[in-house]
Amino acid sequence: MSETIDQNKRHFLGMATAATGLVGAGFAAVPFLSSLKPSARARALGAPVEVPLGSLEPGEMIKVVWRGKLVYVLRRTSDMLKRLSDVTDLLRDPDSLEADIQPDYTVNEHRSLTPEYLVVEGSCTHLGCAPLPQFEVTPSSDWFGGFFCPCHGSKFDLSGRVYKGVPAPTNLKVPPYSFSQTNVITIGIDPSDT
Amino acid sequence: MTDNTKKIENNSKLLAWIDERFPYSETMKEHITEYYASKNFNVWYVFGVLAMVVLVIQLLTGIFLTMNYKPSSEEAFSSVEYIMRDVEWGWLIRYMHSTGASFFFIVVYLHMFRAMLYGSYKKPRELIWIIGMLIFLVLMAEAFAGYLLPWGQMSYWGAQVIISIFGAIPFFGEALVEIIRGDYSISDITLNRFFALHVIVLPLALIALIFVHIVALHEVGSNNPDGIEIKDYKNDQGIPIDGVAFHPYHTSKDLVAIIAFLMVFSLVVFFAPDMGGYFLEYANFEKANPSATPEHIAPVWYFTPYYAILRAVPDKLGGAIAMGLSVLLPLFLPWLDRSKVKSIRYRGWIYKFALTTFVISFISLGVLGVLPADGIYVSMARFFSILYFAFFLLMPYFSMIDKTKPVPDRVT
Repeated sequence: MSETIDQNKRHFLGMATAATGLVGAGFAAVPFLSSLKPSARARALGAPVEVPLGSLEPGEMIKVVWRGKLVYVLRRTSDMLKRLSDVTDLLRDPDSLEADIQPDYTVNEHRSLTPEYLVVEGSCTHLGCAPLPQFEVTPSSDWFGGFFCPCHGSKFDLSGRVYKGVPAPTNLKVPPYSFSQTNVITIGIDPSDT
Repeated sequence: MTDNTKKIENNSKLLAWIDERFPYSETMKEHITEYYASKNFNVWYVFGVLAMVVLVIQLLTGIFLTMNYKPSSEEAFSSVEYIMRDVEWGWLIRYMHSTGASFFFIVVYLHMFRAMLYGSYKKPRELIWIIGMLIFLVLMAEAFAGYLLPWGQMSYWGAQVIISIFGAIPFFGEALVEIIRGDYSISDITLNRFFALHVIVLPLALIALIFVHIVALHEVGSNNPDGIEIKDYKNDQGIPIDGVAFHPYHTSKDLVAIIAFLMVFSLVVFFAPDMGGYFLEYANFEKANPSATPEHIAPVWYFTPYYAILRAVPDKLGGAIAMGLSVLLPLFLPWLDRSKVKSIRYRGWIYKFALTTFVISFISLGVLGVLPADGIYVSMARFFSILYFAFFLLMPYFSMIDKTKPVPDRVT
């Protein structure tokens, strides 16, 4: 047996052991980290929600919960729809060009499948507060009707489009939805899947 | 041989038996009876000990609260009501815990300010400061996680707002938010894991960090209001001439502070546990309702300076970055401060002016953080945010050009 110590060999063995250990630790971390993701039950609870529209009067809004998130369904009056084009210059993204905020089939000026019914998530794109519906026009304060977030003052129009100069970065999200019957909206299912 | 001397002999035999197996006497000497700290400590030097007292209060009351609390969205709110109304003395235990949270921050903020007054973060105590800042970050996380547990309106919406801040991170922000919540929205699952964080993960981290904080402190020795090293002048036994033993000298002084502190603490617990809505927010007396945001959302007072900075920036990512920076910037104090002297006693007018400005901005931001963000308040928040950042970012310059006074060799 040699009396001298092979430092290179020691260094190599040490590093090899550490590297193997790290790989092992990496694999062992996977189950723990995965357990933090939404569970099978949480995913299952994200099932589609049917919303009958029969009793909804023009100008009225209902709140439904889908995947634990608040969704607003607003039946707009013809006057409300007319107002949409009045505010275009004040909006950050009037044509809904930003991706991943709404499904492709709602990229239009009224941001919906049919002009009458608006379906948006009731969650401010700033920090997730529920914006308050304030549909009446108040010319004194330049308010054309829409949604106002009480937390940090973000403003959205009657299509959920965000105004310029407010903390919310994007328009209100539009969830996937479709008409399962003439007067019933299903939130969570694209029209192409029906 | 009298009974008494026999007893003493037996005691020392027992001690010798232990000391052969565990460094009991050695540890006691090194950290308690022969740990020398400067004899000129003033009132600013009691807040470290007071933080330990609050920690013990929080651990003790916390353990007893878990015996009746139920971490589920169905039962959490009513189990807190049950603790308040039906559990014997439950109201006292809970009020001690909720008041303790606010006092933890009062004491820690004053403890940190002491370090800024006397340059306790400067060489050779940089690591003590950094570990202390980590303790502060863990404490913030601990308070935030704990605030969700009563499952009231402010618990829910406060968590919604704070967790959403992580969503501002580009690319993986949304995925991160989903992993924090464990669901598509704040739910029973989120509550359950915040409970685990609040009662196990974060307290363990807190205790470990405090241990390391004290080990590092005892290695280099405590600073003092003169900001000079007492170890530079030792007597022939190697004991710092200007130092006195931690026990019994500093401990007896600390005892006075602890009693005074407990008197104030009891006054709040018994007569104003909600502190006019600042220690316990009134919106939280209502159960969490995911479909209605309270009219006005404000975090508990100890987070409001940072919250005001978040709101001052009219951009989601920008606001999140500004808030993150405002929390982390003090971490770099040991290197931002280029002054030759440690203590404010020997610094010039520039540093005194800057520190005063900083204190005014921090308190003003705290006040603005509870007020609604509109009109003049937004402009004021922007103004004080700029002052807050200027204090740290300009420090390398103004601390260097500031005229300092000569520092004495021995404590005054």
